[in-house]
Amino acid sequence: MKLRLVLWGLAIALLVALPPLAIALGQTYYIDLVRRMLILSIAAISLNLILGYGGLVSFGHAAYLGVGAYSVGIMAFYGASAGWLQWPLAVGASALVAAAIGAVSIRTSGIYFIMITLAFTQMLYYLGLSLAEFGGDDGMRLKARSQFSGLVDLGDPVAFYYVALLLMLLSVVLVYRIVNSRFGMVLRAAKSNDARTRAIGFSPYFYRLAAFVLAGAMCGLAGALYANHTNYITPGLMSWQQSGDLMFMVILGGMASTAGPVLGTFALLLIEEVLKGWTEHWQVVLGPLLVLSVIFFKRGLAGMFWKPDA
Amino acid sequence: MRDSLLQVRGLTKQFGALRASDGIDFDVAEGETHAVIGPNGAGKTTFISQLAGNLRPDSGTVRFAGADITALPAPRRARLGLARSFQITSVYPDFSALHNVALAIQARSGHSFRFWRDARSDPSLLHPAKNVLHEVGLGGRSQVLAGNLAHGEQRQLEVAMALATKPRLLLLDEPMAGMGTEESQRMIALLASLKRKHTIILVEHDMDAVFRLADRISVLVYGRVIASDTPERVRANEEVRRAYLGTQA
Repeated sequence: MKLRLVLWGLAIALLVALPPLAIALGQTYYIDLVRRMLILSIAAISLNLILGYGGLVSFGHAAYLGVGAYSVGIMAFYGASAGWLQWPLAVGASALVAAAIGAVSIRTSGIYFIMITLAFTQMLYYLGLSLAEFGGDDGMRLKARSQFSGLVDLGDPVAFYYVALLLMLLSVVLVYRIVNSRFGMVLRAAKSNDARTRAIGFSPYFYRLAAFVLAGAMCGLAGALYANHTNYITPGLMSWQQSGDLMFMVILGGMASTAGPVLGTFALLLIEEVLKGWTEHWQVVLGPLLVLSVIFFKRGLAGMFWKPDA
Repeated sequence: MRDSLLQVRGLTKQFGALRASDGIDFDVAEGETHAVIGPNGAGKTTFISQLAGNLRPDSGTVRFAGADITALPAPRRARLGLARSFQITSVYPDFSALHNVALAIQARSGHSFRFWRDARSDPSLLHPAKNVLHEVGLGGRSQVLAGNLAHGEQRQLEVAMALATKPRLLLLDEPMAGMGTEESQRMIALLASLKRKHTIILVEHDMDAVFRLADRISVLVYGRVIASDTPERVRANEEVRRAYLGTQA
């Protein structure tokens, strides 16, 4: 327990110290790289809530990344660039889409659930391709970064980095509280033993749906951040490869663990980065590496430090 | 007879050509321990599943505490006070014994759409959960993961989870299944201590247990109740002897 807190403290100190260090060493590129890791960590944390703790193998989680990003992009396109308006709307829109997809898909389970979440996300992906006004398959440039009344300037890479870090840490705390609350106990119980959970009087459907919507909303926030990070929004954000990447981050890091999705995201993007420097056929190397990691780290990277919660 | 707590009329369930429940009438009075026995394949599990709400009957009605619950799903029935244990041990292996029971306590204390406070250290859940564990004799094992408990202890834990929902009717599906003699004796003692305080339906193969615990016994053969009476009369019943008990009674 204590070791956990020490490790968290070290990790946070490192992340806080990174921008001044990078600037001092003249390697500002790393601010950008780690910021991307932080933003995608939020998406992975949200997926862990339903995949790790809820046992809902959603193969379409990138949908909410896309909905969040397009919400920001489309509002900026029409001149509404106030972040106070954009970000809550991105979160709300993602929650709504998650509610619609979840209401249908959570009635199924197993392979059907995987396929139906994938199918819905593919629909959104093709919708993105067909939106000619918003760039179609070329995607759209973000007209202006989200404005926060001069409070923070997301155009400043360091300020934006700290915003992403803060929101990532808040996401960790939020999910940690949720999974250990009464709600979280029911969610985990339904994953562990559905029949028993029904027999003591819970209808798992509603708890799973609520978790699905929460996860979608949180991933929508990641999408809003991502749009500001890349300044460019493409339908590729909603592709099945992106959904697969998110799943892999969670599994590699350790399902149903607090730090797992963050570790997984950092590890996957770091390996990707290193391999890209070596060869343009980096995926040929990454694939087998991923297979090996699943075989040798059954509990994920977090499992090396501590036992997953459930 | 007093008003029945549970009243089953004309319950019928057909699987293809097999009529697993064939017009079952069945009554359980408040406070009694009612055993259901029958040879393998008599339709006991099908019957229990229809009582618990895991299986919808083709026809017939199930009334519980005066209300028609025939169409209600299992969670709704559980909230009305119909608690069950499973024939095949069904606990949360990754949770401690205490948290298994705490979850059942949680089920009877209003909705669980509470997202922030830590449930694992909530005294309003853990305190009653500890009491129930003591009641079933698992007081010293509360911190052990349910998956690491001995088989007999897991069966006790199942009973604890059912009790923790403060049920009006306990539906125990073969609580002695797979137990050694010593474990069985402990379970019989536990059930004897629950008798009178609770209304119990006991499905069981262990005749020793059935005749020691039951106030009434219903005998199910080929989906029909061929006798429903006091243990002495069931023991003396010719049809029952022929169909089931054979020489052992």
